[in-house]
Amino acid sequence: MSQERIFIKGNEAVARGALAAGCKCYFGYPITPQNEIPEFMSSAIFEVGGQFVQAESEVAAANMLLGAAAAGVRAMTSSSSPGMSLKQEAISYMAGSELPAVIVNMNRGGPGLGDIGPAQGDYYQATRGGGHGDYRTLVLAPATCQEGYDMTVLAFDLAYKYRNPVLILGDAILGQMKEPVATWQPEPVAADEAADWCLTGAKGREKRLLKSLYLDEGALAGHNRRLQAKYKSMEAEVRFEEFQTADAELVVVAYGSIGRIAKSAVRSLRKAGHKIGLLRPITLYPFPSAALAALAAEGKRFLTVEHNLGQMVDDVRLAVRRHADSEFFGVMPGNLPVPDDFEGPILKTLAGESLEAC
Amino acid sequence: MYQEEKLVFTRPESVIDRATHYCPGCHHGTIHRLVGEVLDEMGLREQSILVASIGCSVFLYNYLNVDAVEAPHGRAPAVATGVKRARPDNFVFAYQGDGDLASIGLAEIVHAANRGEKMSIIFVNNTVYGMTGGQMAPTTMAGQKTTTCPGGRCAEREGMPLKMAEMIGTLDAVAYSARVAVDSVKHLRTAKKAIRKVFECQTKGLGFGFVELLSTCPTNWRMTPVQANERIANELIPYFPLGVYKDATAGEEGK
Repeated sequence: MSQERIFIKGNEAVARGALAAGCKCYFGYPITPQNEIPEFMSSAIFEVGGQFVQAESEVAAANMLLGAAAAGVRAMTSSSSPGMSLKQEAISYMAGSELPAVIVNMNRGGPGLGDIGPAQGDYYQATRGGGHGDYRTLVLAPATCQEGYDMTVLAFDLAYKYRNPVLILGDAILGQMKEPVATWQPEPVAADEAADWCLTGAKGREKRLLKSLYLDEGALAGHNRRLQAKYKSMEAEVRFEEFQTADAELVVVAYGSIGRIAKSAVRSLRKAGHKIGLLRPITLYPFPSAALAALAAEGKRFLTVEHNLGQMVDDVRLAVRRHADSEFFGVMPGNLPVPDDFEGPILKTLAGESLEAC
Repeated sequence: MYQEEKLVFTRPESVIDRATHYCPGCHHGTIHRLVGEVLDEMGLREQSILVASIGCSVFLYNYLNVDAVEAPHGRAPAVATGVKRARPDNFVFAYQGDGDLASIGLAEIVHAANRGEKMSIIFVNNTVYGMTGGQMAPTTMAGQKTTTCPGGRCAEREGMPLKMAEMIGTLDAVAYSARVAVDSVKHLRTAKKAIRKVFECQTKGLGFGFVELLSTCPTNWRMTPVQANERIANELIPYFPLGVYKDATAGEEGK
């Protein structure tokens, strides 16, 4: 395995991870703060014999992705919050038609046009399906540029394993910061990994049909029943980082860039002798509910920290509800937090005091 | 004296042997048949990937014996772009109605055409939203009554019908754009030739191929099949002139 450490932005790490994973088609549309992904792909993907299209819209890009996915070719699109809203219809269709694809969202501030700074306001959209109908997408939340690379490789494997769209939910911090990244080349995937279902032309076999329309009485119910079983089976993919939770009285729950910043705060408070731990969900769907429930059963208390007005805290509360609740501290979208910003709220929660609004 | 009967007309291999769900007098079945015949004649069935769109014709995949994927409303040209970019050696075509192509999907069709995607578009224009119950389309004729323009389409309020074959024909990367009709045997022959040209643009790598077919929707037009056919000749063709608006294959034939 060849390894090289290069100093790159998180966006480029994601793009390089995609190429390492065998991504052969990229479709995108410019939107800040993820432009380095299409910019990088617009030359690099041709060097590996792939295809790049700057689509006329986010809507078109997501549907181009749908087409390439139906053809059984590893493909990706990326965007940021307003653009992600436009991609939701196609993502719903891909989930309904069981097509594997990777979609990157470098979350910015909202609602509406918002700003181009970091935020985590798209958590509900990412983890609740986002588009119409009952469906779920696997959601990976990298916190470092290295994880941006590694998780993009993982995202393609999971997309094909489950025949389902996989989201990478980063934010403007991850997309725009530069870090050393150790690039690595995963085992090459079989060229025919989608051989038993993808569209190649019906030569020497029955024709194939990829669709999400089920009109016959009971047919859609059966399809949904099967899809729900698949979403349930994704629980095998739960990933999270636990930091100093063993003897912690209070566990901070935070993901992505905020998880990383919160970890610095926890580390610093530990040095000062406070029994604080951190649980950083890495998969946001499936959510590490069992791990949180186990910590709750041990009598720990919880503080959820997010760069929004309170979204993941719902999942934390659902996970710990038999034994505990979770306090919430939200960084207002439009503000950029540093570790010191979290120390006060953590100590207040530890002391049992209620938190002011962010 | 008894003579052995000779079979002179058979079902194309590309068309599945089953009854269609279309209303009496609807031209979708006729157009499916033309597409199937050309696929057979050009030997394209086993390499074809069909992008089905929306509305009545979404079920085209139940009648054509080819691989197919369903596209969201209006997005068939984008989906087809993805398929073709992923599998450039396959034959990729989409089948779209007027609400799908000329309204919600206008951006996708224009940009796919302008990129010169090596794909083929069959555009069925019956001047109305069919499956959704007969609402106004971008191609609805001035004065034509629909459920959302019950007094008739008012040009001042709703604009005039979009002429897609002409619009697409203006783009440099388009290899072929034509408008045909399927209301008479004579027009059917021309229509089949146009479909063949459209497909050849892709197989020869010339560029984007587009054919608009003027067709009926007797149910939503509140007409008998015969009246609907007559409407094509008397009302539609005068506004939507039949003809070839772009033909990059023209020079080739002389060679």
